[in-house]
Amino acid sequence: MEKGIITVVGKDSVGIIAKVCTYLAEHDVNILDISQTILDGYFNMMMIVDATHASAPFNTLTEEMKNLGDDIGVRIKLQHENIFDKMHRL
Amino acid sequence: MINIFEVAETNRMIEEENLDVRTITIGISLLDCMDNNVDQVCSNIYKKITTIAKDLVKTGQDIEKKYGIPIVNKRISVTPIGTIGASCCKTTDDFVKIAKTLDRCAHEVGVNFIGGYSAIVSKNMTNAEKLLIQSIPEAMKESELVCASVNVGSTKTGINMDAVKLVGEIVKETANLTKENDSIGCAKLVIFCNAPDDNPFMAGAFHGITEGDAVINVGVSGPGVMHEAIKKAKGQDFGELCETIKKTAFKITRVGQMVANEASEALGIPFGIIDLSLAPTPAIGDSIADCLQAMGLERVGAPGTTAALAILNDQVKKGGVMASSYVGGLSGAFIPVSEDQGMIDAVEAGSLTLEKLEAMTCVCSVGLDMIAIPGKTSAKTISGIIADEMAIGMINQKTTAVRVIPVIGKDVGDTVEFGGLLGYAPIMPVNTFGCDAFIDRGGRIPAPIHSFKN
Repeated sequence: MEKGIITVVGKDSVGIIAKVCTYLAEHDVNILDISQTILDGYFNMMMIVDATHASAPFNTLTEEMKNLGDDIGVRIKLQHENIFDKMHRL
Repeated sequence: MINIFEVAETNRMIEEENLDVRTITIGISLLDCMDNNVDQVCSNIYKKITTIAKDLVKTGQDIEKKYGIPIVNKRISVTPIGTIGASCCKTTDDFVKIAKTLDRCAHEVGVNFIGGYSAIVSKNMTNAEKLLIQSIPEAMKESELVCASVNVGSTKTGINMDAVKLVGEIVKETANLTKENDSIGCAKLVIFCNAPDDNPFMAGAFHGITEGDAVINVGVSGPGVMHEAIKKAKGQDFGELCETIKKTAFKITRVGQMVANEASEALGIPFGIIDLSLAPTPAIGDSIADCLQAMGLERVGAPGTTAALAILNDQVKKGGVMASSYVGGLSGAFIPVSEDQGMIDAVEAGSLTLEKLEAMTCVCSVGLDMIAIPGKTSAKTISGIIADEMAIGMINQKTTAVRVIPVIGKDVGDTVEFGGLLGYAPIMPVNTFGCDAFIDRGGRIPAPIHSFKN
């Protein structure tokens, strides 16, 4: 399974989650988990997604999610799960 | 499953604390490029490097995108050219031809440096190696991305003082030939004792003859992350401080290991080692000096500095070795002056001197690095500085190096701007008493007693 972590950081506004979810649905990316919190006064959302059957290559998704973030005024980052796994799990 | 705080911690390291992978370096053996015709050798080298390394930059960029972590440099190291040119290079111009070929390869594949314009002469020099060393000034002037190094000593062989004398003159000549650009040629020239075969960092990287056909070595970094971690351990005792450094080094190294595996797989080239070095950059918040100061020093150079650096160097290794099965290269904390804003500030404040830096090199990963000295410093004095540093390496069984830049036309009180990752530096004063008769003796310093282990 090719898992990715999406983080959304920025000022809270209407429809952020909807836009991100729409994009994911259109590209056959399955959402496994969503959590959100306020960190240092900023809206922080994290999604764990499964991109195994995605309709575009992982790095294309990364780029397009970043662009989507620029459009709606928040920072969206999609990263492969391994970087967090390696850093925080033995 | 990974939680939101762990994700935020990793991304904070990347976005705010300058966590990056400093370099992916492909080591390429040029042994099969040897021939007795220099043009044929150049053509073989060009073909081999541009074939093996053609996807390096793109692979690096793909990994950056996939994990969202910057990979600052993509580089190449090659078999020491002093060996490769042994049968085809009859003059220094022949060697310069190879340097220009390496430069062309580096531009073609888009890497930012290529290392290995080197000679390993720790015991003695062959004629070809002597020619290569003599060609360094011209090669540094004629090429842009080629890095040179000379290994003039080791714990096993002692120190080749004829080579030390020669490289003192070569450093001076390189400075002279590149004086229009503040003697920048010297920033691409390192003199080593106990040089490792698998160092991915420039300017001293070369692909040793103990290596295979090609290998991926990765250098991790992260002084900024370390600084933030040490700040959080404020007021705690040394046990706690060491734990903090170790844990942080572990996390950083695990990322490096992951990138190395990924690059190795994508390029179809075996993974060699992770180099655990903390490498500063001139960027604010990416400084080794900051780490040492966060331990409780008013300024780097103050009493206590050497002890603080020893702690940092050792704990980085202890944390890092658990995160990777193959650790090599230089591994430790680099203490370049011009590439570290905190070091520059300490020199300007009068806290850090050349002599204190020399003491620090006993416990850091390498040696006297990126230090600008007055252009009028004599070749013999430079040889003396090199001899001192080599002696520290030989006796302490560690790698030491000298990368000093005698900036022609500048003196104490001036500063010099190298640009980019090389930064800027105030010219540091050098002891003006001579050592000419010592350097003129010639010959070899015998290997130390503790090298006889058989």
